[in-house]
Amino acid sequence: MNRILVGIKRVVDYNVRIRVKPDGSGVVTDGVKMSINPFDEIAIEEALRLKERGAAEEVVVATIGPADTQQQLRTALAMGADRAILVQTDGPGGVEPGVAARVLHKLCEREQPLLVILGKQAIDDDNSQTGQMLAALWNRPQATFASKVELTGGQAKVTREVDAGLETLEVDLPAVVTTDLRLNEPRYVKLPEIMKAKKKPLETLALSSLGIEARQRLKLVKFEPPAQRQKGIRVKDAGELVDALKKKGLVR
Amino acid sequence: MSAKILIVAEHDGSKLNPSTAKCVTCAKAMAGAEIVVAVFAADSSAVASQAAQLDGVSRVLKVDNAANAHQLAAVLAPQIVALAGPYSHVFGPSTTFGKDLMPRVAALLDAPQISDVMAVEGPTRFRRPIYAGNAIVTVDTEGNSKVVATVRIASFEAAPTGGSAAVEAASVNVELPTHTRFVSVSAARSDRPDLQTAARVVSGGRALGSAEGFQILYKLADKLGAAVGASRAAVDAGYAPNELQVGQTGKIIAPELYIAIGISGAIQHLTGIKDARTIVAINKDGEAPIFEVADIGLVGDLFQIIPELEKLLG
Ligand SMILES: Cc1cc2nc3c(=O)[nH]c(=O)nc-3n(C[C@H](O)[C@H](O)[C@H](O)COP(=O)(O)OP(=O)(O)OC[C@H]3O[C@@H](n4cnc5c(N)ncnc54)[C@H](O)[C@@H]3O)c2cc1C
Ligand SMILES: Nc1ncnc2c1ncn2[C@@H]1O[C@H](COP(=O)(O)O)[C@@H](O)[C@H]1O
Repeated sequence: MNRILVGIKRVVDYNVRIRVKPDGSGVVTDGVKMSINPFDEIAIEEALRLKERGAAEEVVVATIGPADTQQQLRTALAMGADRAILVQTDGPGGVEPGVAARVLHKLCEREQPLLVILGKQAIDDDNSQTGQMLAALWNRPQATFASKVELTGGQAKVTREVDAGLETLEVDLPAVVTTDLRLNEPRYVKLPEIMKAKKKPLETLALSSLGIEARQRLKLVKFEPPAQRQKGIRVKDAGELVDALKKKGLVR
Repeated sequence: MSAKILIVAEHDGSKLNPSTAKCVTCAKAMAGAEIVVAVFAADSSAVASQAAQLDGVSRVLKVDNAANAHQLAAVLAPQIVALAGPYSHVFGPSTTFGKDLMPRVAALLDAPQISDVMAVEGPTRFRRPIYAGNAIVTVDTEGNSKVVATVRIASFEAAPTGGSAAVEAASVNVELPTHTRFVSVSAARSDRPDLQTAARVVSGGRALGSAEGFQILYKLADKLGAAVGASRAAVDAGYAPNELQVGQTGKIIAPELYIAIGISGAIQHLTGIKDARTIVAINKDGEAPIFEVADIGLVGDLFQIIPELEKLLG
């Protein structure tokens, strides 16, 4: 069966103002709104559209995280995914990209997807590593930062947002694609879909049952708020602005 | 034991990208480090000789292969791994080139990656921004493996030229995949300053209203010798091409002067300009969050202010 596997991460919602804990041990996440990483919503949407166009038959979403992550999987099912897999960690925290990639690799061996779609980065740790690491472990092509994906036969043609502009690659399937913001606009979930999603299959596996250790390779020594900028001045009009810039030596 | 650092050069086949000189400065922050730059290309001679001039570089390795013409991550990664044996660190720039490539290298080396290094605290300890720059975390690999990192180029000055490192051809015998093929890249316009390295940037947001409206920014930018940037909203709406986007998911820049015009100042946008020396904001809403970070703020209608500025700047 032509299957698409989508990896999603539960993150602090992008509208939340992030605060570092006073003792520097982390950022405040208690009582904070959690959502699907925005790039992963785009990944789900792309998988659904590929399925709707007939390029795939099944969309499977997976996440590695604590039990609470089920909520985000249910949202993905309500968007239209067919089934979900939670690979549950013991502690409340997340896993490093290296571990997420290992787990996703295991799931690829089991599910044999035609395509894996991940976000280009998780907006909490801003790592932008998991998709590339998965592609390396799986020994398959990667097409990161995608703004367009077309499947034709055994190949995908992917347009990527790169510093120079737009790059197009052709990759053999199966492959890993990571999404950029302009790939699509995710659909809204409708109430009846949320009801239906409750009946869709959600499988829970313990991380340890996959034979993968949740190694933490990077010690998080301390967290700090960023340096604050000094308060600026207000000017009245274009003339004053040019004067202020001249004073700073920024224009002649 | 002192650090041995392999830096993967970014280039377009003929010119070394300034991001490489910034990686060198980051590497130099590790006292006593031996710094080697590797250039992968179809013909790397021109780029290798530019890399050899960077102060602090002791050797440049040329890896010439027709398969390296488009520097595909899947093709480069196994070659970097083949060279990486004697090195304690492998660095690349945190540009789309390095972001695509380095995690693939890290996975093959079974090493952790530190993304967006903004400061070096020691051979295994680094500082990096998370949550769109709203927190800074200090991380440590504790010396248990090689360190793979991408260098946040807005945090480092370019290493000066004046060096004369030895250039050597390196032979790499690994099988290269053919599952990934380059098709095309949209031609970059080279007639204006490059957004990532420009000293001045004029940036426009949704308020410009149309692609035609956006043109008035180009005129102002020309007067200032500035590069042009854009908010995500302006790019999404088609007023500006994607490569102009500044922010968490666009370019992270550190110009002397950044002029934000009709941009509200969402945190994702501010992430991209935290290191700008002077930020100017022009917005008709005096309460817009951009004013919280602006060094000079001007409340007013951009369609009136820009023509006035242009006139004043002669
Ligand atoms: C995961 C994620 C990643 C993102 N990444 C980025 C990113 O990399 N870069 C980025 O920019 N955004 C990014 N965004 C989007 C960001 O949240 C904002 O939506 C976006 O920056 C808003 O763009 P804007 O300021 O142009 O538009 P708006 O927020 O609509 O602001 C327009 C501003 O123009 C002003 N204005 C209107 N008319 C005039 C006039 N005539 N004269 C003067 N001022 C006027 C208004 O007062 C307003 O402040 C991201 C969002 C998400 C969720
Ligand atoms: N714990 C996780 N579970 C499932 N998918 C993940 C997880 N972490 C990262 N991903 C996927 O990898 C992408 C990139 O994440 P990162 O490398 O952490 O920036 C995310 O957008 C997700 O699609």
